[in-house]
Amino acid sequence: MVKTFACSFTATNLDARSGISSVVTQLRTLGIPGARVDEVQIALTEAVNNVVEHAYEGAAPGDVRIRGELYPERLWISIQDAGAPFPDGELPEGKPADVSVATENLPEGGFGWFLIRELASQVQYERTDGSNNLSLCFEIQVTSPPAKV
Amino acid sequence: MSLTTTMTDDAQIVKVNAERIDAAMAIQFKEDMRTETESGPDRVILDLSDVQFIDSSGLGAIVAAMKQLGSARKLDLAGLTPMVEKVFRLTRMDTVFDLYGTLSDATAPAGANS
Repeated sequence: MVKTFACSFTATNLDARSGISSVVTQLRTLGIPGARVDEVQIALTEAVNNVVEHAYEGAAPGDVRIRGELYPERLWISIQDAGAPFPDGELPEGKPADVSVATENLPEGGFGWFLIRELASQVQYERTDGSNNLSLCFEIQVTSPPAKV
Repeated sequence: MSLTTTMTDDAQIVKVNAERIDAAMAIQFKEDMRTETESGPDRVILDLSDVQFIDSSGLGAIVAAMKQLGSARKLDLAGLTPMVEKVFRLTRMDTVFDLYGTLSDATAPAGANS
C-alpha cells in the first residue's frame, strides 16, 4: 500500500516554514519515528531553501510543490519548482565543508547539499518542461508495521 | 526572534527563545546576537534548549555569531536538543564549538585537575 500526501506554497522563507511544518505533521501522522522525521525535515528544508535562494533568485517567488509517497520501507519526497535549473543541469556534489580552519575562515554556508546527500539514500533530479523535479528517498521503518496483504 | 541574557560572574548566558533557527530568521538571529554581545564577558554561552529545529542557515548564523565575538572571546553551546546536535555532528561543527548537554553543565566549575 502506498500513502501519498501533497502540499504547495510560495517560495518565500516564511511560506516554506509553514509548508515544511505541514509535511512534518503528515510524516508524524503516518507513523514515521520522530528521529527519522527530523532527518527528513533537515534534508527537505535544505532542498526547499535552495529553491527559495537559488531557483527563484532575482525573480518573483513562484510555487514549490511537495509530494510524498510512503511505501512500506521507504519514503519518496519530491520537490518541484518552476525556477532556474541547476547550473550545468547537475546537482551539486555536496562535499563536506572544511571546518579544520582558523575561526575567521569557518564556513557560514555550503552545508545544504552535504546534509541532503548524507541523509537521503537516493537523490534524483530531472528538468522537464521548465520545472525542476528533485526526488529524495529515505529508508523508513514505520512505528506500527503496515498490515500484511 | 527573542534572546534573553543572564550575566554570571564570568560568562554571559544568551537564551534563544525560539523553536526554530531557520532561513526565515537566520539574519535576524545574527544581528540580534551582535547587539546582545556587543560588550561583556569573554565567555558567551548560547542556551539552545528551546530550539527544536535548525537548518544550515541557522548553523551558519551561529558560526557568524561566534566570529563576530572576535578572537579574544568564546562562544559555547548548551542544551542542544537531539535534532540540533545531529546537525552539528553531521557537519563536524561539534568539533568547532564546546557543546554542553545542559546549561548547568556549561556553568559548572571546572574539574579538580584544571
